[in-house]
Amino acid sequence: MTQIRNIVRVSKVTKTFKLGKVLVEALKGIDLEIAAGNYISIMGPSGSGKSTLFNMIGGLDKPSAGKVFIDEVDIAQLDAYELAWLRCRKIGYIFQTFNIIPVMTALENVTLPMTFAGMNSDEAITKGIGLLQLVGLGDRFEHKPSELSGGQQQRVAIARALANDPAIILADEPTGNLDLTTGEEIISLLKQMSQDRGVTVISATHDFKMLNVSDQVVWIRDGLIDKIEDREELSISVGRIGSR
Amino acid sequence: MAADQSTAAGTALTGEQVARQVVLPFKKSVEIAFKSIQARFFRSMITTLSLVLAVSFLSFVNVSTDMANGLLTTGDPVVRENLTAAGYDIGPRDASVGSSPKQRWIVILSLLVCVVGIVNAQLMAVTERFREIGTMKCLGALDRFILRLFVLEAGIQGVAGASIGAVAGGLFAVLNAWIAFGSVALRVLPAGAVTASILSATGVGIALSLLGVLYPAAVAARMQPVEAMRVEQ
Repeated sequence: MTQIRNIVRVSKVTKTFKLGKVLVEALKGIDLEIAAGNYISIMGPSGSGKSTLFNMIGGLDKPSAGKVFIDEVDIAQLDAYELAWLRCRKIGYIFQTFNIIPVMTALENVTLPMTFAGMNSDEAITKGIGLLQLVGLGDRFEHKPSELSGGQQQRVAIARALANDPAIILADEPTGNLDLTTGEEIISLLKQMSQDRGVTVISATHDFKMLNVSDQVVWIRDGLIDKIEDREELSISVGRIGSR
Repeated sequence: MAADQSTAAGTALTGEQVARQVVLPFKKSVEIAFKSIQARFFRSMITTLSLVLAVSFLSFVNVSTDMANGLLTTGDPVVRENLTAAGYDIGPRDASVGSSPKQRWIVILSLLVCVVGIVNAQLMAVTERFREIGTMKCLGALDRFILRLFVLEAGIQGVAGASIGAVAGGLFAVLNAWIAFGSVALRVLPAGAVTASILSATGVGIALSLLGVLYPAAVAARMQPVEAMRVEQ
Protein backbone atom coordinates (compact mmCIF):
# COMPACT_ATOMS: atom_id res chain seq x y z
CA MET A 1 0.00 0.00 0.00
CA THR A 2 1.33 3.42 -0.89
CA GLN A 3 2.03 6.00 1.75
CA ILE A 4 -0.89 8.39 2.24
CA ARG A 5 0.27 11.96 1.85
CA ASN A 6 -1.41 14.56 4.02
CA ILE A 7 -2.05 17.72 2.08
CA VAL A 8 -3.51 19.53 5.06
CA ARG A 9 -2.59 18.96 8.68
CA VAL A 10 -4.27 20.87 11.47
CA SER A 11 -2.63 20.46 14.85
CA LYS A 12 -4.15 21.57 18.19
CA VAL A 13 -5.70 24.63 16.62
CA THR A 14 -7.67 27.05 18.74
CA LYS A 15 -9.12 30.35 17.65
CA THR A 16 -10.42 33.02 19.95
CA PHE A 17 -12.33 36.05 18.77
CA LYS A 18 -12.95 39.16 20.75
CA LEU A 19 -16.55 40.25 20.50
CA GLY A 20 -16.68 43.56 22.31
CA LYS A 21 -15.24 42.67 25.70
CA VAL A 22 -16.18 39.01 25.59
CA LEU A 23 -13.75 36.40 24.34
CA VAL A 24 -15.42 33.81 22.17
CA GLU A 25 -13.67 30.52 21.58
CA ALA A 26 -14.63 29.48 18.08
CA LEU A 27 -12.25 26.52 17.87
CA LYS A 28 -11.25 24.64 20.99
CA GLY A 29 -8.40 22.46 19.81
CA ILE A 30 -8.81 20.77 16.48
CA ASP A 31 -6.62 18.00 15.15
CA LEU A 32 -7.26 16.97 11.61
CA GLU A 33 -5.39 15.33 8.79
CA ILE A 34 -6.61 15.44 5.24
CA ALA A 35 -5.16 13.02 2.74
CA ALA A 36 -4.29 14.24 -0.74
CA GLY A 37 -6.82 13.51 -3.45
CA ASN A 38 -9.79 13.03 -1.14
CA TYR A 39 -13.15 14.71 -1.26
CA ILE A 40 -13.84 16.06 2.22
CA SER A 41 -16.98 17.67 3.53
CA ILE A 42 -16.92 19.72 6.68
CA MET A 43 -20.39 19.67 8.17
CA GLY A 44 -21.82 21.41 11.14
CA PRO A 45 -24.54 23.79 12.21
CA SER A 46 -24.05 27.55 11.90
CA GLY A 47 -21.86 28.91 14.67
CA SER A 48 -20.10 25.57 15.17
CA GLY A 49 -16.76 26.97 14.08
CA LYS A 50 -17.05 25.33 10.69
CA SER A 51 -16.32 28.50 8.72
CA THR A 52 -13.48 29.43 11.07
CA LEU A 53 -11.80 26.07 10.53
CA PHE A 54 -12.46 26.32 6.82
CA ASN A 55 -10.86 29.78 6.60
CA MET A 56 -7.91 28.51 8.59
CA ILE A 57 -7.32 25.66 6.13
CA GLY A 58 -7.58 28.15 3.27
CA GLY A 59 -4.90 30.40 4.70
CA LEU A 60 -7.45 33.20 5.06
CA ASP A 61 -7.16 33.34 8.83
CA LYS A 62 -4.44 32.48 11.31
CA PRO A 63 -4.98 30.34 14.42
CA SER A 64 -4.65 31.80 17.94
CA ALA A 65 -2.71 28.71 18.94
CA GLY A 66 -1.70 25.53 17.19
CA LYS A 67 -0.50 25.04 13.66
CA VAL A 68 -1.95 24.60 10.21
CA PHE A 69 0.26 22.93 7.65
CA ILE A 70 -0.56 23.03 3.98
CA ASP A 71 1.66 20.69 2.04
CA GLU A 72 3.81 20.51 5.20
CA VAL A 73 4.39 24.28 5.25
CA ASP A 74 3.26 26.06 8.41
CA ILE A 75 1.08 28.89 7.18
CA ALA A 76 1.65 31.00 10.30
CA GLN A 77 5.28 31.36 9.16
CA LEU A 78 4.33 32.82 5.79
CA ASP A 79 4.40 36.53 5.06
CA ALA A 80 1.95 38.37 2.82
CA TYR A 81 3.79 37.50 -0.41
CA GLU A 82 4.05 33.85 0.43
CA LEU A 83 0.40 33.69 1.41
CA ALA A 84 -0.54 35.31 -1.90
CA TRP A 85 1.63 32.77 -3.68
CA LEU A 86 -0.06 29.95 -1.75
CA ARG A 87 -3.51 31.26 -2.68
CA CYS A 88 -2.47 31.68 -6.27
CA ARG A 89 -0.77 28.33 -6.84
CA LYS A 90 -1.83 25.82 -4.22
CA ILE A 91 -5.45 26.62 -3.46
CA GLY A 92 -8.46 27.20 -5.65
CA TYR A 93 -11.44 28.90 -4.02
CA ILE A 94 -15.10 28.39 -4.79
CA PHE A 95 -17.63 30.59 -3.06
CA GLN A 96 -21.29 30.35 -2.17
CA THR A 97 -21.90 33.62 -4.00
CA PHE A 98 -19.84 32.54 -7.05
CA ASN A 99 -17.78 35.76 -6.94
CA ILE A 100 -17.13 35.94 -10.64
CA ILE A 101 -15.55 39.33 -11.19
CA PRO A 102 -18.43 41.20 -12.82
CA VAL A 103 -16.48 43.45 -15.16
CA MET A 104 -14.67 40.55 -16.81
CA THR A 105 -15.83 37.87 -19.21
CA ALA A 106 -15.87 34.21 -18.21
CA LEU A 107 -12.56 33.64 -19.98
CA GLU A 108 -10.90 36.67 -18.38
CA ASN A 109 -12.03 35.43 -14.98
CA VAL A 110 -10.41 32.07 -15.62
CA THR A 111 -7.17 33.54 -16.97
CA LEU A 112 -6.70 36.08 -14.15
CA PRO A 113 -5.06 33.65 -11.69
CA MET A 114 -2.78 32.47 -14.51
CA THR A 115 -1.77 36.09 -15.15
CA PHE A 116 -0.92 36.44 -11.45
CA ALA A 117 1.13 33.26 -11.72
CA GLY A 118 3.14 34.82 -14.54
CA MET A 119 1.83 32.75 -17.43
CA ASN A 120 1.91 34.52 -20.77
CA SER A 121 -1.33 35.65 -22.29
CA ASP A 122 -1.65 33.24 -25.25
CA GLU A 123 -0.89 30.22 -23.12
CA ALA A 124 -3.38 31.40 -20.50
CA ILE A 125 -6.14 31.87 -23.09
CA THR A 126 -5.59 28.39 -24.55
CA LYS A 127 -5.63 26.83 -21.11
CA GLY A 128 -8.61 28.94 -20.03
CA ILE A 129 -10.69 27.84 -23.01
CA GLY A 130 -9.70 24.24 -22.28
CA LEU A 131 -10.85 24.55 -18.67
CA LEU A 132 -14.13 26.18 -19.66
CA GLN A 133 -14.76 23.34 -22.12
CA LEU A 134 -14.02 20.90 -19.33
CA VAL A 135 -16.75 22.40 -17.14
CA GLY A 136 -19.17 22.48 -20.08
CA LEU A 137 -19.03 26.17 -20.99
CA GLY A 138 -16.93 25.87 -24.14
CA ASP A 139 -19.25 28.09 -26.15
CA ARG A 140 -19.86 30.80 -23.56
CA PHE A 141 -16.40 32.09 -22.73
CA GLU A 142 -17.00 35.57 -24.08
CA HIS A 143 -20.05 36.10 -21.86
CA LYS A 144 -20.14 38.45 -18.90
CA PRO A 145 -21.29 37.00 -15.55
CA SER A 146 -24.57 38.93 -15.84
CA GLU A 147 -25.37 36.87 -18.93
CA LEU A 148 -24.79 33.56 -17.17
CA SER A 149 -27.09 31.62 -14.85
CA GLY A 150 -26.07 30.77 -11.28
CA GLY A 151 -25.05 27.25 -12.21
CA GLN A 152 -23.03 28.52 -15.15
CA GLN A 153 -21.32 31.11 -12.95
CA GLN A 154 -20.39 28.39 -10.49
CA ARG A 155 -18.94 26.39 -13.38
CA VAL A 156 -16.81 29.39 -14.34
CA ALA A 157 -15.72 29.56 -10.69
CA ILE A 158 -14.70 25.89 -10.80
CA ALA A 159 -12.71 26.47 -13.98
CA ARG A 160 -11.10 29.50 -12.33
CA ALA A 161 -10.26 27.51 -9.20
CA LEU A 162 -8.48 24.94 -11.39
CA ALA A 163 -6.54 27.58 -13.32
CA ASN A 164 -3.13 27.07 -11.71
CA ASP A 165 -3.56 23.31 -11.12
CA PRO A 166 -3.94 23.70 -7.36
CA ALA A 167 -3.47 20.88 -4.88
CA ILE A 168 -6.57 21.87 -2.95
CA ILE A 169 -9.95 23.24 -3.90
CA LEU A 170 -11.79 24.95 -1.09
CA ALA A 171 -15.49 25.20 -1.67
CA ASP A 172 -17.53 27.26 0.78
CA GLU A 173 -21.16 26.16 0.53
CA PRO A 174 -20.80 25.77 -3.25
CA THR A 175 -24.42 24.75 -3.68
CA GLY A 176 -25.88 27.21 -1.17
CA ASN A 177 -27.24 29.60 -3.78
CA LEU A 178 -28.28 26.98 -6.33
CA ASP A 179 -31.44 24.98 -6.85
CA LEU A 180 -31.55 21.23 -6.29
CA THR A 181 -30.74 20.01 -9.81
CA THR A 182 -28.06 22.61 -10.49
CA GLY A 183 -26.56 21.89 -7.10
CA GLU A 184 -26.33 18.21 -7.93
CA GLU A 185 -24.66 19.02 -11.25
CA ILE A 186 -22.08 21.18 -9.50
CA ILE A 187 -21.40 18.50 -6.88
CA SER A 188 -20.84 15.82 -9.50
CA LEU A 189 -18.62 18.19 -11.48
CA LEU A 190 -16.51 18.81 -8.37
CA LYS A 191 -16.33 15.09 -7.68
CA GLN A 192 -15.30 14.41 -11.25
CA MET A 193 -12.57 17.07 -11.12
CA SER A 194 -11.34 15.60 -7.86
CA GLN A 195 -11.14 12.12 -9.37
CA ASP A 196 -9.71 13.08 -12.76
CA ARG A 197 -7.10 15.51 -11.55
CA GLY A 198 -6.32 14.20 -8.09
CA VAL A 199 -7.27 17.52 -6.51
CA THR A 200 -8.23 17.48 -2.85
CA VAL A 201 -11.66 19.04 -2.53
CA ILE A 202 -12.57 20.44 0.87
CA SER A 203 -16.01 21.85 1.18
CA ALA A 204 -17.89 23.41 4.05
CA THR A 205 -21.54 22.67 3.64
CA HIS A 206 -25.02 22.14 5.01
CA ASP A 207 -26.00 20.23 1.92
CA PHE A 208 -26.71 16.54 2.55
CA LYS A 209 -26.44 15.86 -1.19
CA MET A 210 -22.73 16.38 -0.68
CA LEU A 211 -22.49 13.31 1.58
CA ASN A 212 -22.99 10.88 -1.30
CA VAL A 213 -19.76 11.89 -3.00
CA SER A 214 -17.58 12.59 0.03
CA ASP A 215 -14.71 10.29 0.89
CA GLN A 216 -14.73 11.64 4.38
CA VAL A 217 -17.09 13.81 6.40
CA VAL A 218 -15.85 15.90 9.30
CA TRP A 219 -18.58 16.86 11.74
CA ILE A 220 -17.90 19.98 13.75
CA ARG A 221 -19.81 20.86 16.88
CA ASP A 222 -19.08 23.64 19.36
CA GLY A 223 -15.55 24.23 18.12
CA LEU A 224 -14.54 20.59 18.37
CA ILE A 225 -14.54 17.68 15.97
CA ASP A 226 -17.61 15.65 16.79
CA LYS A 227 -16.71 12.73 14.58
CA ILE A 228 -14.96 11.90 11.33
CA GLU A 229 -16.76 9.42 9.16
CA ASP A 230 -15.32 7.60 6.18
CA ARG A 231 -17.33 6.74 3.15
CA GLU A 232 -18.18 3.18 4.25
CA GLU A 233 -19.59 4.21 7.60
CA LEU A 234 -21.56 6.97 5.95
CA SER A 235 -23.92 4.83 3.94
CA ILE A 236 -25.24 3.39 7.19
CA SER A 237 -25.81 6.65 8.96
CA VAL A 238 -27.15 8.74 6.06
CA GLY A 239 -30.71 7.64 6.66
CA ARG A 240 -30.53 8.85 10.20
CA ILE A 241 -28.98 12.14 9.14
CA GLY A 242 -31.62 12.69 6.55
CA SER A 243 -34.42 12.15 9.02
CA ARG A 244 -32.82 14.32 11.67
CA MET B 1 13.18 20.12 16.14
CA ALA B 2 14.35 18.68 12.87
CA ALA B 3 10.86 19.06 11.47
CA ASP B 4 10.83 22.73 12.44
CA GLN B 5 14.09 23.34 10.62
CA SER B 6 12.99 21.68 7.45
CA THR B 7 9.76 23.72 7.52
CA ALA B 8 11.76 26.92 7.90
CA ALA B 9 13.96 25.94 4.96
CA GLY B 10 10.89 25.14 2.89
CA THR B 11 9.44 28.53 3.76
CA ALA B 12 12.61 30.33 2.75
CA LEU B 13 12.56 28.56 -0.59
CA THR B 14 8.94 29.54 -1.16
CA GLY B 15 9.91 33.11 -0.26
CA GLU B 16 12.44 33.26 -3.06
CA GLN B 17 10.00 31.92 -5.59
CA VAL B 18 7.24 34.29 -4.54
CA ALA B 19 8.99 37.46 -5.62
CA ARG B 20 9.12 36.16 -9.18
CA GLN B 21 5.90 34.29 -9.33
CA VAL B 22 3.10 36.56 -8.20
CA VAL B 23 2.92 39.25 -10.85
CA LEU B 24 0.50 41.57 -12.55
CA PRO B 25 2.10 43.12 -15.64
CA PHE B 26 1.57 46.86 -15.97
CA LYS B 27 -0.13 46.49 -19.34
CA LYS B 28 -2.61 44.04 -17.84
CA SER B 29 -3.32 46.41 -14.91
CA VAL B 30 -4.11 49.23 -17.32
CA GLU B 31 -6.38 46.88 -19.25
CA ILE B 32 -8.27 45.83 -16.10
CA ALA B 33 -8.54 49.43 -14.85
CA PHE B 34 -9.84 50.57 -18.22
CA LYS B 35 -12.41 47.78 -18.37
CA SER B 36 -13.52 48.58 -14.86
CA ILE B 37 -14.23 52.15 -15.85
CA GLN B 38 -15.94 51.03 -19.04
CA ALA B 39 -18.18 48.59 -17.18
CA ARG B 40 -19.22 51.21 -14.66
CA PHE B 41 -19.21 54.04 -17.15
CA PHE B 42 -22.12 56.01 -15.74
CA ARG B 43 -20.78 55.84 -12.19
CA SER B 44 -17.27 56.82 -13.26
CA MET B 45 -18.72 59.65 -15.28
CA ILE B 46 -20.44 61.11 -12.22
CA THR B 47 -17.25 60.82 -10.16
CA THR B 48 -15.38 62.50 -12.97
CA LEU B 49 -18.02 65.20 -13.39
CA SER B 50 -17.15 66.90 -10.08
CA LEU B 51 -13.55 67.01 -11.25
CA VAL B 52 -14.59 68.42 -14.64
CA LEU B 53 -16.56 71.21 -12.94
CA ALA B 54 -13.86 72.17 -10.44
CA VAL B 55 -11.09 72.10 -13.05
CA SER B 56 -13.13 74.04 -15.56
CA PHE B 57 -13.73 76.70 -12.90
CA LEU B 58 -10.00 76.92 -12.18
CA SER B 59 -9.22 77.08 -15.88
CA PHE B 60 -11.93 79.69 -16.45
CA VAL B 61 -10.57 81.99 -13.75
CA ASN B 62 -6.97 81.69 -14.93
CA VAL B 63 -7.73 82.08 -18.63
CA SER B 64 -9.97 85.07 -17.90
CA THR B 65 -7.04 86.73 -16.13
CA ASP B 66 -4.83 85.93 -19.12
CA MET B 67 -7.39 87.46 -21.44
CA ALA B 68 -7.60 90.61 -19.29
CA ASN B 69 -3.83 90.90 -19.36
CA GLY B 70 -3.92 90.51 -23.11
CA LEU B 71 -6.46 93.29 -23.35
CA LEU B 72 -4.37 95.56 -21.12
CA THR B 73 -1.47 95.34 -23.56
CA THR B 74 -3.55 97.24 -26.13
CA GLY B 75 -3.16 100.36 -23.93
CA ASP B 76 -6.61 101.47 -25.13
CA PRO B 77 -8.29 103.59 -22.38
CA VAL B 78 -11.75 102.38 -23.49
CA VAL B 79 -10.75 98.74 -23.01
CA ARG B 80 -9.27 99.70 -19.65
CA GLU B 81 -12.53 101.26 -18.61
CA ASN B 82 -14.47 98.23 -19.80
CA LEU B 83 -12.21 95.94 -17.76
CA THR B 84 -12.78 98.02 -14.64
CA ALA B 85 -16.50 97.99 -15.36
CA ALA B 86 -16.32 94.18 -15.71
CA GLY B 87 -15.02 94.01 -12.16
CA TYR B 88 -11.23 93.82 -12.68
CA ASP B 89 -9.32 95.65 -9.99
CA ILE B 90 -6.94 97.84 -12.05
CA GLY B 91 -5.05 100.79 -10.69
CA PRO B 92 -4.46 103.77 -13.04
CA ARG B 93 -0.89 102.74 -13.85
CA ASP B 94 -1.13 98.93 -13.60
CA ALA B 95 0.22 97.12 -16.64
CA SER B 96 -1.07 93.72 -15.58
CA VAL B 97 -3.90 92.25 -13.55
CA GLY B 98 -3.91 89.31 -11.19
CA SER B 99 -6.83 87.32 -9.84
CA SER B 100 -8.31 88.84 -6.71
CA PRO B 101 -7.79 87.12 -3.32
CA LYS B 102 -11.53 86.46 -3.17
CA GLN B 103 -11.40 84.67 -6.50
CA ARG B 104 -8.45 82.61 -5.39
CA TRP B 105 -10.29 81.55 -2.25
CA ILE B 106 -13.35 80.49 -4.20
CA VAL B 107 -11.16 78.44 -6.56
CA ILE B 108 -9.32 76.77 -3.67
CA LEU B 109 -12.61 76.02 -1.93
CA SER B 110 -14.09 74.51 -5.08
CA LEU B 111 -11.01 72.30 -5.49
CA LEU B 112 -11.27 71.19 -1.85
CA VAL B 113 -14.93 70.32 -2.26
CA CYS B 114 -13.99 68.39 -5.39
CA VAL B 115 -11.32 66.33 -3.56
CA VAL B 116 -13.75 65.52 -0.75
CA GLY B 117 -16.27 64.48 -3.38
CA ILE B 118 -13.74 62.20 -5.06
CA VAL B 119 -12.73 60.61 -1.73
CA ASN B 120 -16.40 59.99 -0.98
CA ALA B 121 -17.17 58.51 -4.37
CA GLN B 122 -14.06 56.30 -4.34
CA LEU B 123 -14.75 55.05 -0.81
CA MET B 124 -18.22 54.05 -1.97
CA ALA B 125 -16.71 52.33 -5.00
CA VAL B 126 -14.40 50.37 -2.68
CA THR B 127 -17.28 49.31 -0.42
CA GLU B 128 -19.30 48.32 -3.44
CA ARG B 129 -16.46 46.20 -4.73
CA PHE B 130 -15.31 44.53 -1.50
CA ARG B 131 -16.28 41.12 -2.81
CA GLU B 132 -14.44 41.66 -6.07
CA ILE B 133 -11.33 42.81 -4.21
CA GLY B 134 -11.54 39.89 -1.78
CA THR B 135 -11.91 37.46 -4.66
CA MET B 136 -8.87 38.91 -6.43
CA LYS B 137 -6.90 38.45 -3.24
CA CYS B 138 -8.08 34.85 -2.98
CA LEU B 139 -6.79 34.36 -6.52
CA GLY B 140 -3.38 35.53 -5.38
CA ALA B 141 -3.40 39.32 -5.83
CA LEU B 142 -0.96 41.26 -3.63
CA ASP B 143 -1.95 44.44 -1.81
CA ARG B 144 -0.06 46.53 -4.31
CA PHE B 145 -1.95 45.06 -7.28
CA ILE B 146 -5.18 46.35 -5.79
CA LEU B 147 -3.59 49.70 -4.93
CA ARG B 148 -2.26 49.99 -8.47
CA LEU B 149 -5.62 49.17 -10.03
CA PHE B 150 -7.41 51.87 -8.05
CA VAL B 151 -4.69 54.47 -8.64
CA LEU B 152 -4.70 53.67 -12.36
CA GLU B 153 -8.46 53.98 -12.54
CA ALA B 154 -8.29 57.35 -10.79
CA GLY B 155 -5.45 58.37 -13.10
CA ILE B 156 -7.47 57.56 -16.21
CA GLN B 157 -10.50 59.37 -14.80
CA GLY B 158 -8.24 62.26 -13.80
CA VAL B 159 -6.66 62.66 -17.24
CA ALA B 160 -10.04 62.49 -18.97
CA GLY B 161 -11.91 64.71 -16.52
CA ALA B 162 -9.17 67.28 -16.04
CA SER B 163 -8.44 67.75 -19.74
CA ILE B 164 -12.12 68.05 -20.62
CA GLY B 165 -12.65 70.48 -17.73
CA ALA B 166 -9.59 72.59 -18.49
CA VAL B 167 -10.37 72.93 -22.20
CA ALA B 168 -14.05 73.64 -21.53
CA GLY B 169 -13.24 76.26 -18.89
CA GLY B 170 -10.64 77.89 -21.15
CA LEU B 171 -12.99 78.00 -24.15
CA PHE B 172 -15.72 79.45 -22.02
CA ALA B 173 -13.38 82.16 -20.68
CA VAL B 174 -12.35 83.11 -24.24
CA LEU B 175 -15.99 83.18 -25.34
CA ASN B 176 -16.87 85.26 -22.30
CA ALA B 177 -14.13 87.81 -23.05
CA TRP B 178 -15.20 87.96 -26.69
CA ILE B 179 -18.79 88.70 -25.72
CA ALA B 180 -17.82 91.25 -23.04
CA PHE B 181 -15.08 93.15 -24.87
CA GLY B 182 -15.71 92.49 -28.54
CA SER B 183 -13.41 91.07 -31.18
CA VAL B 184 -10.43 93.02 -29.82
CA ALA B 185 -10.17 90.35 -27.13
CA LEU B 186 -9.50 87.68 -29.79
CA ARG B 187 -6.97 89.85 -31.65
CA VAL B 188 -4.77 90.26 -28.56
CA LEU B 189 -5.35 86.72 -27.28
CA PRO B 190 -2.18 85.70 -25.39
CA ALA B 191 -2.05 82.16 -26.82
CA GLY B 192 1.02 81.12 -24.81
CA ALA B 193 -0.37 82.18 -21.45
CA VAL B 194 -3.79 80.66 -22.18
CA THR B 195 -2.23 77.31 -23.16
CA ALA B 196 -0.09 77.37 -20.02
CA SER B 197 -3.16 78.06 -17.88
CA ILE B 198 -5.11 75.20 -19.47
CA LEU B 199 -2.18 72.81 -19.08
CA SER B 200 -1.61 73.75 -15.46
CA ALA B 201 -5.33 73.34 -14.70
CA THR B 202 -5.15 69.85 -16.28
CA GLY B 203 -2.15 69.02 -14.11
CA VAL B 204 -3.89 70.23 -10.96
CA GLY B 205 -6.96 68.14 -11.87
CA ILE B 206 -4.95 64.94 -12.36
CA ALA B 207 -3.11 65.58 -9.08
CA LEU B 208 -6.42 66.09 -7.25
CA SER B 209 -7.86 62.90 -8.67
CA LEU B 210 -4.82 60.93 -7.51
CA LEU B 211 -4.85 62.65 -4.12
CA GLY B 212 -8.50 61.78 -3.68
CA VAL B 213 -8.00 58.07 -4.39
CA LEU B 214 -5.01 57.48 -2.09
CA TYR B 215 -6.96 56.78 1.08
CA PRO B 216 -9.74 54.72 -0.57
CA ALA B 217 -7.12 52.70 -2.49
CA ALA B 218 -5.23 52.03 0.74
CA VAL B 219 -8.47 50.84 2.34
CA ALA B 220 -9.07 48.54 -0.62
CA ALA B 221 -5.53 47.19 -0.58
CA ARG B 222 -5.73 46.33 3.12
CA MET B 223 -9.01 44.47 2.70
CA GLN B 224 -8.78 40.85 3.85
CA PRO B 225 -9.37 38.06 1.33
CA VAL B 226 -11.86 36.46 3.74
CA GLU B 227 -14.25 39.31 2.85
CA ALA B 228 -14.94 37.42 -0.36
CA MET B 229 -16.58 34.69 1.71
CA ARG B 230 -19.10 37.02 3.31
CA VAL B 231 -22.58 36.04 2.26
CA GLU B 232 -24.78 38.93 3.34
CA GLN B 233 -25.15 41.56 0.65
